Amino acid sequence: MLWPDTADASLWRAFRRQFVRHGKSLLATPSDAANPLLFFFMVVTLFPIGLGPDPDLLAKMAPGILWVVALLSSLMVSAKLFASDFEDGSVEQMALAPYPLAVLALAEVSAHWLATGFVLALTAPLFGIMLGLPIHALPALVASLFLGTQCLLLIGAVGSALTVSIRRGGLLLSLLILPLNIPVLIFGSAAVSEAVQHGNVLSWLALLAAMALAALVLAPLAVGAALRISLDN
Amino acid sequence: MWSFIHKLGSPPWFYRFSGTFIRWLLPITVGMLVCGAIWGLLIAPPDFRQGNSYRIIYIHVPAAVVALAGYYVMAFAGAVSLIWRIKMADVAMRAAAPVGAVLTAVALVTGAIWGKPTWGAWWVWDARITSMLILFFLYLGVVALFEAYENKAAAAKACAVLSLVGTVNIPIIYKSVDWWYSLHQPASIKFTGESAIDASMLYPLLLMIVAFYFLFACAVLLNMRAELVWAHRQSSWLRQALGAA
Repeated sequence: MLWPDTADASLWRAFRRQFVRHGKSLLATPSDAANPLLFFFMVVTLFPIGLGPDPDLLAKMAPGILWVVALLSSLMVSAKLFASDFEDGSVEQMALAPYPLAVLALAEVSAHWLATGFVLALTAPLFGIMLGLPIHALPALVASLFLGTQCLLLIGAVGSALTVSIRRGGLLLSLLILPLNIPVLIFGSAAVSEAVQHGNVLSWLALLAAMALAALVLAPLAVGAALRISLDN
Repeated sequence: MWSFIHKLGSPPWFYRFSGTFIRWLLPITVGMLVCGAIWGLLIAPPDFRQGNSYRIIYIHVPAAVVALAGYYVMAFAGAVSLIWRIKMADVAMRAAAPVGAVLTAVALVTGAIWGKPTWGAWWVWDARITSMLILFFLYLGVVALFEAYENKAAAAKACAVLSLVGTVNIPIIYKSVDWWYSLHQPASIKFTGESAIDASMLYPLLLMIVAFYFLFACAVLLNMRAELVWAHRQSSWLRQALGAA
């Protein structure tokens, strides 16, 4: 049962239950969480092959490459975000539950972020080193991805919720959320580039943090509304 | 006042009202466009540095200004339809999306044509051009999302949510002029303080901007009427209205 003791369950408990439930289902199918990371690895490998192995050129392009690939892999995560829950009727149950749909959706997005974005931020230094990014820029890479993947996934969740009822919504999803994610790409890659040149990293990270907080507050409301609309379609 | 707003929710009333309204609006718009074009293209003096090539400003700037404002109009109509469930508001929202997309495309193309003699390149990745391109994608997203939904009532709501989320991006588009290095001249029309362009060039530009706003209104109204005719093609009030006209 999804809601065993609604009488004394608070909003926070509902969030936690939903988070754990979704986390368990992610653990049950680890390939869903691992695929975006593998995709990241694969595409990062393609760049030296396409551009040539010149270390100077790669180091110069590394911030942009890593951030663009992070953006694309977040697109992959967003495409799967609500798909299985929508198909098996869980979203309908969430909409009927005596809790705001926005909060329950946020719990799902959080679980997904922990399994994908967070892991990506932690493993990114490895890919940074492979592309010849200087060691002193790696903390900025991790910090910018840590904040940035939250924005990417929260904005992606809005697009995912809007397109989940559409068959073959994948291409449409990229049209909807890539333009919205461009500021995140700009701030994130700027933070890493500044770190390479010993510039002012913190101001770009502050912008990313501001976007992450704003997305954390606003995006769940849009996701909740969008999921209800998708149920009508 | 209230009865006017209630009437706005009624398709038959709106169809009749917009019919009389556009009979006045359309001639005024065409008149302003013709006057502005003649004034800007023939009478205004040539620029001392760019010569006559600057005259594309009389198409480029109005299209860009109205394309940006159009997104707000669309998002506002979307918010009205989400909050008060006024039917005409979501018809207005989806009528505005393709018009805005076309205006954005016009601004991009004229910008490229202007860029060739001025900067020596058709396309430069400068802040404002990139922002307009993003705006173009945002418009296309709304149009494509509406087309993809089977239930058109749900589609209108989904587009309203999307356009509200998109408005978050518009301030960043404006801000980006300050944030990124820009090849453009600094924004030269300000409504407070002295303007950097001469009055003889500015007045036709302002006339063209107003004309483009009117043009936007005409296009959206005509689009809405076409939408209404299609949606109510079976109903008797429409047959009466068409028979009378």
